[in-house]
Amino acid sequence: MSGRTRASGAELAATAPSFLWLALFFVVPTLLVFAVAFRPSDPYGGIGAGWTLESLRALGNPSYPAIIWRTVWVSVVATVLCVALAIPTAYAMARAPVRWRRTILLLVVIPFWTSFLVRVFAWKTLLHPDGLVKSLLVALGLVQPETTLLYNVGAVLLVTVHTDLPFAILPIYAAAEKFDLRLLEAARDLGAGSWYAFRRVFLPGISRGIQNGVLMVLIPVLGSYVVPDIVGGPSGEMLGGTIAQRVFVDRNLPNAAGLAALLALAVLLPLIGALWLQTRRGRPLRMEELP
Amino acid sequence: MDGFLRIEGVTKRYGDKVAVDDVTLSIERGEFFALLGPSGCGKTTLLRMIAGFERPDAGRIVLDGEDIKSLPPNRRKVNTVFQNYALFPHLDVFENIAFGLRVARRPQREIDEEVEAMLELIRMKEERRRKPDQLSGGQRQRVAVARALVNKPRVLLLDEPLAALDLKLRQHMLMELDLIHDRVGITFIYVTHDQNEAMSLSDRIAVMQEGRISQLGSPVEIYEAPRSGFVASFIGDANFLEGRVLAEAGPEHCRLGVPGLPDVICYNDKRISPGEAVSLLVRPEKLRISRERPDEAPLVNVVPGTVEDVIYLGSHTRYRVRVGERRFSVEQQHGRFFLDEKPIRWEEPVWLAWHADDGTMLELADVPEARGR
Repeated sequence: MSGRTRASGAELAATAPSFLWLALFFVVPTLLVFAVAFRPSDPYGGIGAGWTLESLRALGNPSYPAIIWRTVWVSVVATVLCVALAIPTAYAMARAPVRWRRTILLLVVIPFWTSFLVRVFAWKTLLHPDGLVKSLLVALGLVQPETTLLYNVGAVLLVTVHTDLPFAILPIYAAAEKFDLRLLEAARDLGAGSWYAFRRVFLPGISRGIQNGVLMVLIPVLGSYVVPDIVGGPSGEMLGGTIAQRVFVDRNLPNAAGLAALLALAVLLPLIGALWLQTRRGRPLRMEELP
Repeated sequence: MDGFLRIEGVTKRYGDKVAVDDVTLSIERGEFFALLGPSGCGKTTLLRMIAGFERPDAGRIVLDGEDIKSLPPNRRKVNTVFQNYALFPHLDVFENIAFGLRVARRPQREIDEEVEAMLELIRMKEERRRKPDQLSGGQRQRVAVARALVNKPRVLLLDEPLAALDLKLRQHMLMELDLIHDRVGITFIYVTHDQNEAMSLSDRIAVMQEGRISQLGSPVEIYEAPRSGFVASFIGDANFLEGRVLAEAGPEHCRLGVPGLPDVICYNDKRISPGEAVSLLVRPEKLRISRERPDEAPLVNVVPGTVEDVIYLGSHTRYRVRVGERRFSVEQQHGRFFLDEKPIRWEEPVWLAWHADDGTMLELADVPEARGR
């Protein structure tokens, strides 16, 4: 690590453009959002003059804790589900013959060829009281005709897992593909059953991929706005939707900025956590490994 | 058959390719046994069937009286040293060695004791907290051996364990493996394509070719009395002389007619009868080379030739000698300071001589493209 603390002039010159880019289009806008949170709103939807703690006080809105809590748990559960589905998928893909792998990879990526919005609306149609999924479940006797599948947290979870699963599969598969499967043979040879070998050799071997998969799902879901808005209804509202409301309905940018800053901090925390986890292993995280 | 590990009529096919073809073997308790052959001869497949990674299509594998053919690898009292060691990268040396003991849920005190004993055996007590990527090739190899041995397997399988090491280290590790085998006294089955490794370590060698065992025997038997041209040319260098048995010569020998050479006398342990076409094998180091014609003696063959090439190799010199249309490969050890004698040079006329008992006759069908040699 010590060698990394002081960069040479040439290194600085080489990395300056990307740092400049990040500073201009990422750091400055984020700081602007933080700053706007401390400005008053004006009645026309703009930003008033002077400074105020009004937005900070607005965060005390009694409906917020429930929304924040829901945002956090929905994000965590969706992430856990995605990763839990992605690990066996990646394992199976890594063990599959090479020509199969490409096909499966293609199948994983194909949903991206359809617009994200179209996919979410498709779910709306499927889950609709007269929709295909609903009719099928009722016909199979699995669901009562009066149950609603749409406009609740369950729908948000389902659609989120569907849309974000590839983001978990891809990094975990990337790690699994590099994993030396002979290590599983070695574990079996030393007396381990398949499950023991999977847990004690395969999972540690792809831990970096799992960490990246968690970040790739968790961060976008924390800020997700479209899915809860379309299939969530009032009982599925998440922080992203609330921010949009403050902007489009209330036309109160500072309040929206206050919430956005809160969310940004919430996203930074898992990222910093992951960074700490990975550097603790004695190797600094490389830029290209960041999501 | 009553061997400790018995392979009985084992066959393994991949599609329509037969990898192991009806192999039967019996390996004794405590034996150092080598499976030797070129790549693709089925030796690794055979090893993987003993380990349990492949299921034989036919036949039985019996370990200490128990048929283990259908047991999964984790239920066999057999451990493997893998070709690239397959050490667990996320575990340090100690935990790599402890892996099998942890699987078996042994108490921590026992794990500590036995891993320490293994670290002692492979002389790596200092490195116990290192990760595999902080170890040298030789150290990794030793950890792989210890990780397998700590489970006290009935048989230790070694799959080309030295292939990834450079020559010097390989020789060193050979001695080390030999030492470890002597100390732990369990059965080792060693797969290699390197004849030197097989010869220097093994009690017995099975030479494999195209899924079958070409010959099974001690290193001396295999080298001195190869039963086929394949075995003869795979292990060491060989001169092949094709000819025909002319007549018996005494109780144990016969006279061969070889085109372009005076009649050759040869030991005839196979009782090949006159008229049969044979190939005579003579190892290069069994040939004597000299400037003066050697004295006539019974049972010694003498042929004149011309030196075509001289390759000085330090401990010995290799000559290529032209005799008529043939080329003989000859090796001469340097018993004393080489420069004391006047060295034989290119294009010098010389005499080659070998004792009849140093030739081995092979039936012609057993000899592959031997003609060019």
